[in-house]
Amino acid sequence: MATKKKKKSTAAENEIITLTNVCKAYSTGAPALKDVNLRINRGEFVFIVGDSGSGKSTLIKLLLRELTITSGYINVMGYDLSKIRHRKIPKFRRNLGVVFQDFRLLKDRNVYENVAFAQRVIQKSNKEIKRNVPSILAVVGLAGKYKAKPRQLSGGEQQRVALARALVNQPTVLLADEPTGNLDPTNSWEIMKLLDQINQNGTTVIVVTHNREIVNAMKKRVVTLRKGVIISDEEEGEYIDED
Amino acid sequence: MRINTFFYTLRQGFRNLFRNKWFTLASIATISACLFLFGLFYAIVMNFAHMVKTAQEGVAVYVFFDDGLEESRIQEIGELILKRPEVSEINFVSAEEAWESFKAEYLGDYADGFTENPLADSANYEVYLNDVSMQSALVTYLESLDGVRLVNRSEIVATTLTGVNALIAYVSVGIIAILFAVSVFLISNTVTIGISVRREEITIMKYIGATDFFVRSPFVIEGMMIGLIGASIPLAVIYGMYNVVMEYVTTRFTMLSSLLSFLTVEEIFGILTPVSLGIGVGIGFLGSAATVRRHLRV
Repeated sequence: MATKKKKKSTAAENEIITLTNVCKAYSTGAPALKDVNLRINRGEFVFIVGDSGSGKSTLIKLLLRELTITSGYINVMGYDLSKIRHRKIPKFRRNLGVVFQDFRLLKDRNVYENVAFAQRVIQKSNKEIKRNVPSILAVVGLAGKYKAKPRQLSGGEQQRVALARALVNQPTVLLADEPTGNLDPTNSWEIMKLLDQINQNGTTVIVVTHNREIVNAMKKRVVTLRKGVIISDEEEGEYIDED
Repeated sequence: MRINTFFYTLRQGFRNLFRNKWFTLASIATISACLFLFGLFYAIVMNFAHMVKTAQEGVAVYVFFDDGLEESRIQEIGELILKRPEVSEINFVSAEEAWESFKAEYLGDYADGFTENPLADSANYEVYLNDVSMQSALVTYLESLDGVRLVNRSEIVATTLTGVNALIAYVSVGIIAILFAVSVFLISNTVTIGISVRREEITIMKYIGATDFFVRSPFVIEGMMIGLIGASIPLAVIYGMYNVVMEYVTTRFTMLSSLLSFLTVEEIFGILTPVSLGIGVGIGFLGSAATVRRHLRV
């Protein structure tokens, strides 16, 4: 059964993501994460940076419960992810917004339907969907394009749709995996501004990125991974190069 | 499940049919082809079995009595025969009737020379069986009865018909097994290709927090619709063809008309319709549910 642990202290209550001595090894090759300890508080904005093969994607997949840890302890939003049952995973993910580098929109549905889909999944009534979807599309600046199909939109616009879909259910945590990876600098900044705005409204935002310029400019907490190990974790940190 | 979620799922299932036109067409064609062969084979086998059964029903055993046997004993023998489970019908033929029938069939005007009935001892029972393979057992029983002088039978016809019956059963099972295996292989391949194209869609749904049921339902509805359409097409085609083919065969092979007794289209479709629809919908349901299941572990 998914274990929503009873919180012991105010500090622990504020902690929304806890990884203690987490290791993840794939059946082939070297371990992807080694002895990772990480605590993220409610309402934080955290960059997770590192080069290819550093374990960033594995970390995101563990937080999404797409993968399970090999050893250690992982708790996200009160769910012990090493023990959560398969049928409880959907409920867990409903409080977790996700944005990917390749947008992952449903290509055969228009902007409105892509965003409404997230609401249908949690069985919102049509009335609520009709109220919530236009309002979130207005937040990401796409109110006028609700009928467009993903292929009719630019990369930046598609990422906004993905953001709107991630936000429409008012998640506690937003995970963004390389959200600017496929975007030009202008659109990248637009997306980062939106993420900052979302964070200021109370959502915990975790951004995995390669974008040094953005990381250095935004002055947020930066967790740096190298070869599966956290080598640095700094408030108002900077992007650390491998060499 | 909320009512609007139910209708949404239903709508998505129907929309999927049109979203993936080529997949839908390929799946319908596959199921149709398999069920067409099944229907065709079923119609042929059923008619063949019907003809054999009709032939079997015409195979009689003749029971002759001892000279001067009392009428009450003849009646008793008749009652004993009727009690046998393998007996479907029994007719008493008196010596006069036997002679009349013989004259009509073989002698015609030449019979005028006979002043007495040469078949005076030929009163008999014509015994018809519902299962010709039981003929030997029945004959042994009849021969053991007091007052029975002779039991005539056509062993070759009985053995041949029994053999044909067994052959039909073996061939039916064999061909149905082959057709079923081919259908499952073709359909699961088609469904796998169709679903793998939509693997990304399933993954997205799962990331958003959709339950397995929510993800699976539209695919299952789509699969069942494909199965239903795929089964209806061959049923309609076979229905249209059936009477035309029966009429052609009957008029083309008139000399065989005594052997060719066909089942009516209603008799064939009374069973073929529910079975085909059941197989179609069942394959659609199982194929889509099982294939989506593989992609749900996200």
